[in-house]
Amino acid sequence: MHDVTYLRPTSLKDAVQLYRKTPGCRPLAGGTDLMVMLHAGTLRPEPRAILDLWSIPELKGVRRTQGLLEIGAAESYTGIIRAREAQEHVPALVAAARTIGAAQIQNRGTLGGNLANASPAGDTLPVLLAYDAVVVTDRRSIPIDQFFTGYRRTALQPDELIVAVRIPLGRRVLFRKVGTRAAQAISKVVVAVSRSPARVAIGSVAEVTIRARRAESALERHDIEGAIAAVAGDIRPIDDVRSTASYRAAVTQNVLRELLDASARS
Amino acid sequence: MRFTLNGTTVSLDVVGTRRLLDVLREDLHLTGTKEGCGEGECGACSVLIDGEVVDSCLIAVGQVEGREVTTVEGLADGGRLTALQQAFIEYGAAQCGICTPGMLLAAHVLLEGSSRLTADEVREGLAGNLCRCTGYTKIIEAVLSCTT
Repeated sequence: MHDVTYLRPTSLKDAVQLYRKTPGCRPLAGGTDLMVMLHAGTLRPEPRAILDLWSIPELKGVRRTQGLLEIGAAESYTGIIRAREAQEHVPALVAAARTIGAAQIQNRGTLGGNLANASPAGDTLPVLLAYDAVVVTDRRSIPIDQFFTGYRRTALQPDELIVAVRIPLGRRVLFRKVGTRAAQAISKVVVAVSRSPARVAIGSVAEVTIRARRAESALERHDIEGAIAAVAGDIRPIDDVRSTASYRAAVTQNVLRELLDASARS
Repeated sequence: MRFTLNGTTVSLDVVGTRRLLDVLREDLHLTGTKEGCGEGECGACSVLIDGEVVDSCLIAVGQVEGREVTTVEGLADGGRLTALQQAFIEYGAAQCGICTPGMLLAAHVLLEGSSRLTADEVREGLAGNLCRCTGYTKIIEAVLSCTT
């Protein structure tokens, strides 16, 4: 394991070049997922080099540009939680970030990592889907609903780096995560909802974080009961160590009702 | 590579992908930092990097190049314990002791951020540190005793 080469570029330009020319290279940000697998020797394919992106200035920060909020791919959740622009414009993302791990994980976890890892239980992913975020890479912009292509698979090319996430402003999104406890929990179900435009995005209920299209169609017709019924057909939950399929199905409907009620009240 | 460890500059020739936890314990012989789960769940290996609490099992040692690392050994000033460490003794906030270094560091950061904390804020601030003896009540009382 320790014959892995450690690369620490200091600029985005150097990082992009190194990533393109180094075979078997795996990007590292805060390490909250990758370091566990690296130490256990379970990363596949086995990396020959680790490209440390944590300290690259261009990948940090939360800033407002042209009707969008742009968040650097290696900005920490703590940085997002503390950013006034994030609190004001994307409170649901701040709420999601606050549910991730605890201080130790929030100080290291990043949106770039959550996206690249593409876990079906990634807590920020339903929120990013509900906001119609765009994943900005070193070469293009990928709409978030085209980003996840399968279980832990993404639309990224093998030598493509996530640089930032852009979120359009002016949308109201509500978020709820259900886990075993408030902190340090991997989601059993995680939901983000927007009424207008209609977005229902759900994690931990399928092999990828999904947009619940049937539920969204019902919501477009302002049919709340229809959306709650239809979401059962959108999800594909399984039994696993954290929960059961039937629990997840019931909780998905309950949480969707709760979020739609909350959005109707305000 | 070089970084500051408990106020002193250290130079090491190490593979950058090794865990900070292992380098602290095995190379630098600072065994106050404990390994619990090794997966970022339990907080036993908590250390501070530039004043922020992190799990050292999740840090590649190369990532602390040029940064300031504080372990539990760096809290006391010589033999003089901090008020928080003293409170842990007085309140009986340690049982088996494996979570104690991490608890101290997480609580230290919390108290640096604000000297006025509620019990709920302390619980949230320590949510990433598990006590396998379940001795949370005394730990929270000890931290609260250091608030104003």
